[in-house]
This record gives sequence, C-alpha cells and structure tokens, in this order.
Amino acid sequence: MPAPTRSIAEMASALARGDVTSTELTTEYLERIQRFNPKLNAFVTTLAEEALAAAAVADKKIKDGAGGPLTGVPLAHKDIFCTAGVRTTCGSRMLDNFVSPYDATVVERLNAAGMVMLGKTNMDEFAMGSSNETSFYGPVRNPWDQERVPGGSSGGSAAAVAARLAPAATGTDTGGSIRQPAALSGITGLKPTYGRVSRYGMIAFASSLDQAGTLTASAEDAALLLGAMAGFDSRDSTSVDEPVPDYHAALDKPVKGLKIGVPREFFDEGLSPGVEKAVREALDVYRDMGAEIIDVSLPNLGLSVPTYYVVAPAECSSNLSRFDGVRFGYRCENPKNLLDLYTRSRGEGFGAEVKRRIMTGAYVLSAGYYDAYYLKAQKTRQLIAADFKRAFEKVDVLMGPTTPTPAFGIGEKTDDPITMYLNDIYTIGANLAGLPALSAPMGFVDELPVGLHIIGNYFDEAGILAAAHQYQLQTDWHNQTPKGFA
Amino acid sequence: MTPEDVKGIATLARLAINEKDISGYADNLSRIIAFVDQLNAADTDAVEPMAHPLAKPQRLRPDEVTAQDERSLYQQNASAVEAGLYTVPRVIE
Repeated sequence: MPAPTRSIAEMASALARGDVTSTELTTEYLERIQRFNPKLNAFVTTLAEEALAAAAVADKKIKDGAGGPLTGVPLAHKDIFCTAGVRTTCGSRMLDNFVSPYDATVVERLNAAGMVMLGKTNMDEFAMGSSNETSFYGPVRNPWDQERVPGGSSGGSAAAVAARLAPAATGTDTGGSIRQPAALSGITGLKPTYGRVSRYGMIAFASSLDQAGTLTASAEDAALLLGAMAGFDSRDSTSVDEPVPDYHAALDKPVKGLKIGVPREFFDEGLSPGVEKAVREALDVYRDMGAEIIDVSLPNLGLSVPTYYVVAPAECSSNLSRFDGVRFGYRCENPKNLLDLYTRSRGEGFGAEVKRRIMTGAYVLSAGYYDAYYLKAQKTRQLIAADFKRAFEKVDVLMGPTTPTPAFGIGEKTDDPITMYLNDIYTIGANLAGLPALSAPMGFVDELPVGLHIIGNYFDEAGILAAAHQYQLQTDWHNQTPKGFA
Repeated sequence: MTPEDVKGIATLARLAINEKDISGYADNLSRIIAFVDQLNAADTDAVEPMAHPLAKPQRLRPDEVTAQDERSLYQQNASAVEAGLYTVPRVIE
C-alpha cells in the first residue's frame, strides 16, 4: 500500500467531499504503525480500538454535516500530554503505569475538533534530551537512517510524521525539542510564543520555557493544527488571553518586502559547511521572492546554552519534586521508612539524565549558590531576550540553521552531556526569550535532512508560518519521504 | 565536584544514587558547572533578572470551588491506599 497523502489540509477536504472516510484513513495509519513501528520505536502506546471508535464518530459527524476542518484527521500525541484513561508515561519508568485521570487542554481541544488519536509517541525521559536516547522505552530511530537519532525530545512524534505513521503529531519545546527533531527528521516543527498554547495537562519540565506545538509535514498543516490548539485557558496561569488569528488564512501573505534578519552569530565555527550552504540557498529562495536579507547581531547568543543549563535544571528540580512515590508513579519495593521510600522511588524511577538535571538544579538553587548561578542566569536571560527585541526593531523575522549538523549516530554523543547540550545552540534562545519559532526542511546534507530556523516576534506565529509556507510553495523538500517508508 | 558533594546534593534532591555511579555523576556535574561558570564573564550589574518570558502580573480569579471530589479516581494511580488514604511507611514509632 502506498503512503497516504501527507497533507492534513488535503485529507480534510477529501474527508469533507466523502472521497475517503476517517475509518479508512485511520485503518491505513494503524496498519503502517503496526508494520513500521518495530523498526523505529516511535510509538510507546498504540490505540487501535479507541482510534477506530473515534473515527466512526467522526465519520458520522461528517455525514451529518457537522464536521469541522480537522474532523476525522488522525494524529499522534507526544506521551507528555495527559490523556484520560490512557497510559501517559513521559518516557519514564516513573510513570510506566500512570493512567491519566484527565485530558490535557491540547488533547481536549483536538478531540473536540474531531481529530483521531492514533497513539502516544516516544520521547526523551521527561523531555530531557536532544536525541530520544534517554527514553525508558529505548531510542527512536531516524527513518532517514536507522543508525541515527531522530532528535529529541519529541523524537517519536518527529519520526512518526517523517515516516508517515501519522499525518501530524503534537510535541513540546523547552530548548528546541520540537524544532531540532523536526530538522533532523525532515519535517516542519512549530514552537509557538510562550503562553500561546495551554500547558495544562502537559507534564512540566521547566515551566518558564515549556511550550506545546506541532510536528507536521508542512507549514500549512501546522497552521491548521495550531488554530485548533491555541487560545486562552483559565487552568494555565501563564496562558495568554490574546485572540487567536486565522493562521490558515494568513498563509497567503507574500514574502515580497519581508525583512529577514540573519544573525551572524548563527554562522559560528560549530556550523557544518553543508548546513551553512543549505541555509544560504534557502535565503536565496527568499531573495528571489523579493525579501530583503539584513545582517543582524545577537551578541549574547553565546550565553544561551549555559543560561539554559542553569534555568532549566533549576525549574526541573522543583517540578520533579512531585514524584515522591506516594500518590502516583513508581514506588520502590519494601521501603524501610519514609525517607527510603522517597529516595529509592526517585532513584530507581528516574533515568541518568533526569537525575543529572535534578542534581544540577538542586545545586544551583542551594544555599550559598543561588545568587552565583540562578540569579545570574536570570540576568543573562534578560540580556539574550533584549538582543532579540533589538533585532526585531529592524526586521520581521530571523532566519538561520536549526541545528549545526544533520542527525548524529545513536550512541555518538551519550558520553558527554555538554556535547549533547550544544546541539541546541541555535534553538534555545527563542525559549529563553519566549519567542515563536519553527523549523522547515531546507534540503539534505549527506542524504540527511536539515532544517531552516525561522524565529518570529511575540505572537507572530502567522508571520513565520506564512514565510515558511511561501518557501514551501517554491521548494519540494517538505514532500520527501524516507526510503523504505513510501 | 567531589563524590562527597554529589552525595550531599543527592540527599537534598531525595535521590538514591548507586555507589558505583557516584564518580560518574561527580565528573558530569563538574563539567556542567564549569560550563555554566562562563556566565560569570557577562557584565550583568545593571540588568534586572528575568523570571519569565512575558512580563505580566499573575492573573487572579474569584475564590470559588470549581474542582469536584475525584479522590477514588485519582487514587487508582497510587501504589498503596487504605480507606481513602494514601499509605506510607510508619513515620511516628
């Protein structure tokens, strides 16, 4: 059976016309998951029965003329989103048996839109990783080269969409966890502005950085999905009460006259020549469409990774203190006393990278070190955010590479956490500042996909989606399918 | 960072660490701390700390009861419950 069309926009029109039913589409994707998932390990949980039941409901709605633009379209959820009655593991032994009693707002909204949940995707444990190798359920493999990582932490979502095991998937991005796997897997990944999408029911890693977003084939699909996910939610105290524009209608905005800032710090010694060449070629496409390319500087960008590795672990150590083995989650066998219950449940329930980050966080927050690390990092965070604000006084969007290199090998960077952390050097800045950003496929280096990073001003998701969509009308990189998954 | 430092932090973080893993963590954490130490080179004397990307005051809501009692549903995820209570090892001898 050939791979189904990847565009959820086309899928939605075919469903509305009655050319295909949601049951047929869902069956097709479930069969692909069954066939290909053993190679990729992209799904932790597949929900065949539930998906077919939801598809039947969607088909009835469509038949009754009560369908919306996404009714009957299947998707996968990153296993960080709570799903009522369905196991929600966050890639951790700690939550191996956790069945969520409620739905995350993102899940609730996409269910309400009539979308069909195919399953829950694999991820780095508690979203802490850039390669999907820290998952309790084993690494996810990159469909373009199964000896390589798909990126992380939303690696299962990225691999699933890239190999067409799902037409779209949700993800979360704390330091690049949507954009980096999207780049390494050859798909489009969008992290909205901090506060744009509700974090309610999204298992917390670093609360001032975490944001939910989309992994899709194209910017057009991302626009459709974001429109259904975004908006104010009183259950998330950092949710922003701003109207949600029609992202899909805004895609037609021409690139002519668009001011594209290219931060020179993105072209540092760590950038591989192949990726640099691909970025320059993508910028040429924009120049040909009438955009103005402007050299800009983000002088404090070099501080972003060290700033992140103070702020994120500090917030992680606080957030993950809730896992105590008492009310939910893993509990050790035969605890001797309460302290033993806490320490062994946590010691046995968390993997090595999570423990590393909790301890880093506990250290930087501990008495006598708070000012030197946490307060200092909050100040350098301000410097980084100010750089972006200055740049956006001159330009409409910023562009550069999403990652310094294409996908690396499984096991290649696991020995040294710093090498792994530096893989997120171009993506972390947008999280620290809270800006929206996306990665769109921009070609191949050594037969591996690479991504173009587009950062927008606050709440200008429409602007970056339109910029990516116009590029995707001129190029075919986003339509490629990895060999063996056609 | 010494193995003793790691043990101290692990105690603060309520994490049981296997003895054989301690030197590995000491090495990793030393490298991470040395890496983030480069922040000290930045001049931040006149900079306000940034706790949050959106500088907005916290929203307030009326103090009304909105949640329902779903104790039995929530307790399905607990390892040990008895008579509606979560049970843990004896604390007071």
